[in-house]
Amino acid sequence: MAIPKERALEAYKTMQKIRNFEKQASRSFSEGVVQGFIHLYTGEEAVATGVCMNLEKTDYITSTHRGHGHIIAKGADLNRMMAELCGRETGYCHGKGGSMHITDTEIGVLGANGIVGGGFTLACGAGITAQMKQNGAVCVCFFGDGSTGTGTFHEAMNLASVWKLPVVFVCENNGYGISTACRRDSSYTNPSMNCKTVADRALAYGMKAMVVDGNNVNEVYDRAKEAIAYAREGNGPVFLECNTYRWDTHFVGDTDNYRLPDELAVWKEKCPIKLHETYLKFMKLADDDQLKAIAKEARNEVKAALKFAEESPFPAPETAVQDVYTDIVEEGR
Amino acid sequence: MKEIFFSEAIASAIRNEMQRDENVYILGEDVGIYGGSFGATAGLYDEFGPLRVRDTPISEMAIMGSSAGAAVTGMRPIAEIMYDDFLGCCMDQLMNQAAKFRYMYGGRVQVPMTVRCACGGYVTGAAQHSQSIEAMIAHIPGLKVVYPSNPQDAKGLLISAIRDDNPVVFFEHQTLYGVKGEVTDDFDPIPLGKGKIVKEGKDVTVVATGVQVGKAKEAAEQLEKEGVSVEVIDPRCLYPLDKEMIYGSVEKTGKIVIATEECKRGAWSGELAARIAEDRFECLKKPIVRVGALDTPVPFSQPLEDYMLPQTAYIVDAIKSVL
Repeated sequence: MAIPKERALEAYKTMQKIRNFEKQASRSFSEGVVQGFIHLYTGEEAVATGVCMNLEKTDYITSTHRGHGHIIAKGADLNRMMAELCGRETGYCHGKGGSMHITDTEIGVLGANGIVGGGFTLACGAGITAQMKQNGAVCVCFFGDGSTGTGTFHEAMNLASVWKLPVVFVCENNGYGISTACRRDSSYTNPSMNCKTVADRALAYGMKAMVVDGNNVNEVYDRAKEAIAYAREGNGPVFLECNTYRWDTHFVGDTDNYRLPDELAVWKEKCPIKLHETYLKFMKLADDDQLKAIAKEARNEVKAALKFAEESPFPAPETAVQDVYTDIVEEGR
Repeated sequence: MKEIFFSEAIASAIRNEMQRDENVYILGEDVGIYGGSFGATAGLYDEFGPLRVRDTPISEMAIMGSSAGAAVTGMRPIAEIMYDDFLGCCMDQLMNQAAKFRYMYGGRVQVPMTVRCACGGYVTGAAQHSQSIEAMIAHIPGLKVVYPSNPQDAKGLLISAIRDDNPVVFFEHQTLYGVKGEVTDDFDPIPLGKGKIVKEGKDVTVVATGVQVGKAKEAAEQLEKEGVSVEVIDPRCLYPLDKEMIYGSVEKTGKIVIATEECKRGAWSGELAARIAEDRFECLKKPIVRVGALDTPVPFSQPLEDYMLPQTAYIVDAIKSVL
């Protein structure tokens, strides 16, 4: 099995959109146009793409500080995303959130989140809503390997399992929590956990768990499809560990002194976009020209998003006192 | 009108809201079959079943965080955190998630959830089951903070809290659960941010919260016999605060005592004192006086706890000091 042929190029396009968005975000950050902290998803595109292709608009996702990829894959508007990164009024959060808090509840995005592990229990909450309203929705909870050291991970895994909540826990094992490695090399003392895979932890909660190559979008798609269907049918949560790699530092501008020699080069060889290109060409689903055209289209959409952002006004300072509550506006200066 | 326990008033408000709105559900440790550690959810499990009255594992983070997640997706959860001391176990979910969602998502979501928790001392519960940490919670923009002092207010305020589209933290003093009071048969909400003049007076204003309201009333009655007319105000909500009512009284008496159970360092009473000093300094005839606990954890042994927590006599002394 793999992504259905008629959607195989859609996966390629989504990954290209994420890759180009991150390139531009990084560049614009260096130029001072994008504000705050940004955490790039480059190298991990196949995870968000393969998973979200199985979701309906009415399904939910919770995201992380490294959220651009998830949110793009769930169908967000690049213009409003880029505008938010640039702190503009037209951004998703009207300039109150920034990169780490982009949300769009209309497409089920329950927010990127600045707290590592912040999404776990929220995903349970969305699962409770789905269960109680019996609306057939599923919540996918994206998180990194590092966050599985938090207490909230364990409380949420247990609760989801005990209550059979329709939640799919998608672990993006990108090898590092900032600089602290989570390697499966047996010669290495893992400072993050004392089990072979992150997925091992799910077994303690009586949860079905799978481990996949997170750089292979077809494989992610297949396993996510199975996991999401299982959860949607009311069988309870599923754990999906996707092995992948973060090409960039933790945040843009961070120190890069902890990787093994050649590690990055090895993973770049396993680039999820390159892998999918090879697959598409081998299966004769696309030729070089088509792929180039799609990549160009993605680039242009990102360029247009930046233009939209740069042409958008900053929010009026006094709007800072709005939206703390639904019914109270705080005092201004 | 009938006389019922504070805990029954809580349960009746919840029952009414659960009957009225199918999106309302409760969750927490031992809230189901057991009926809640203080009996405030008694009978609800039998009436509404395990999907709407959810016994949770001992997982405060999951209780609080899942409530936030359910609230932003259309439910109206009522989370019970057994003691406010245990808010320490789930502060991220309250402070960084629930309180901030609406703001950091640019007003795109609402978070209609209520967090109920027992608080306060006078039960020799020692340092981890006796705290009054309302100032810490009231400090966080995005949260509303309610602190009823009697069954009638508890019922009306809880109805408002549940119907509110923002996260509300509802403090229930643990010595109040077993206190009876007259409660009307209706289910009229008491608006959040509306204080109550418990007793009118003209010489000194006492603003008191929680069980200090009862102590302030006692103090006022005692001083009445000595010819001192004391006005007692129960703000009922720490945020939003009925500043107009308090300022009106300060304008009348020019003398104010603030009585709360918190230790005074960084207390909500300090916040109120500062506001009055900023906004109504010209009305003050005497310095603002605060009555509160000492700046220590709450001790266990009775004589120690009695010494540490505020008592009626201290309120009497405070009032006398500004006459």
